[in-house]
Amino acid sequence: MSEIIGGYFTSHVPAIGGAIVRGDQQAPYWKPFFDGFPPIRAWLAEKRPDVAVVFYNDHGLNFFLDAMPTFAVGAAEDYHNADEGWGLPVYKPFQGHAALSWHIIETLVAEEFDVTTCQKMLVDHALSIPFELAWPDADAWPVKLVPIAINTVQHPLPSAKRCLALGRAVNKALQSWPGEERILTIGTGGLSHQLDGARAGFINKDYDRFCLDHLAADPDALTRHSIHEMVELSGTQGVELLNWIAARGALGDMALSETTRNYHIPISNTAAASLVLEPA
Amino acid sequence: MTRLEPDRIPGTPIFDGAMARRGHALNAMCFGFNHEANRDAFRADPAGYCTAHGLTPAQIRAVEARDVLGMIAEGGNIYYLAKLAGIWGLNVQQLGAAQTGMSVEAFKAMLLAYGEPREIAA
Repeated sequence: MSEIIGGYFTSHVPAIGGAIVRGDQQAPYWKPFFDGFPPIRAWLAEKRPDVAVVFYNDHGLNFFLDAMPTFAVGAAEDYHNADEGWGLPVYKPFQGHAALSWHIIETLVAEEFDVTTCQKMLVDHALSIPFELAWPDADAWPVKLVPIAINTVQHPLPSAKRCLALGRAVNKALQSWPGEERILTIGTGGLSHQLDGARAGFINKDYDRFCLDHLAADPDALTRHSIHEMVELSGTQGVELLNWIAARGALGDMALSETTRNYHIPISNTAAASLVLEPA
Repeated sequence: MTRLEPDRIPGTPIFDGAMARRGHALNAMCFGFNHEANRDAFRADPAGYCTAHGLTPAQIRAVEARDVLGMIAEGGNIYYLAKLAGIWGLNVQQLGAAQTGMSVEAFKAMLLAYGEPREIAA
């Protein structure tokens, strides 16, 4: 029977990829961020997940405004990165887990989440950077991928409450999956940051702390804010926190303990965090 | 459900349906910059490329002036505009400085200051 080993959460700022390419992990600017990852790598090495269900947001690589799904579930045999507009090195491909994807899709639709299904989708830095951080020496990723994209680009965005419920419905799918896999959930993005507007550069340490402190034991506390309140509290791109909330929901109702946490300001324009939650 | 006015959160664009309608041509052009050939074509003739992609005169003016707030006001979405900024070699600190009226050094100093230790309210 399959087992949910826990959740891994991290920011996915594109500049992290640049720092990895340059080998800047120990540079003074980057070290406080990268120092959050050795405990995560050790935990993953011990827990040996086989598959990762990853909640993320696309940044205009696969999805354009012509057709913008609120929730999109990948159901491909494999996934590829591509030029995101900056001509940077393309990230490694991912092996999919199409059977699990379809089981999740069937469960989600039965639970009245009318998701978009994608048998072909490009995946961007929001997926690749968390993998690069978790398995920096891997020639090929040691886990199969089920990607779930949440719209954080074009309002109206799904509410935090809805994203938590989506995650809980995914948990129902994982609980009923007959396979033997060890399953990891991943939430990527955030924390507080704002790239656009006269308030660009906004960061909110108090709100980030509130989110980190409540994610494990009381994720519903994060759903009390409307999307506009979340934008006000965490910045226009801080709403990527929705990915964390959904990934937390996918861990279900079991008691969780915090294995490791790191929080650092700033990476690029962002308050960056990494976190692992596992069954208590 | 009430719809917030764009200025409800000061200095904070909410990219909603109205913005998406206004900005479609601009954002579509920027989405195309995922392809190097399109970036090269833009570099060769920015105004001509904008015109060929159906941008409005106001959008073209904002692009030509590299006016980030102007592009946003004309419906530009930052996730797509970031690809245009990449063509210009601008990073997000430079974009932030341009939008806030700060120098790049002052903008970076502001970000660093957010990280300085202080008491967190309980």
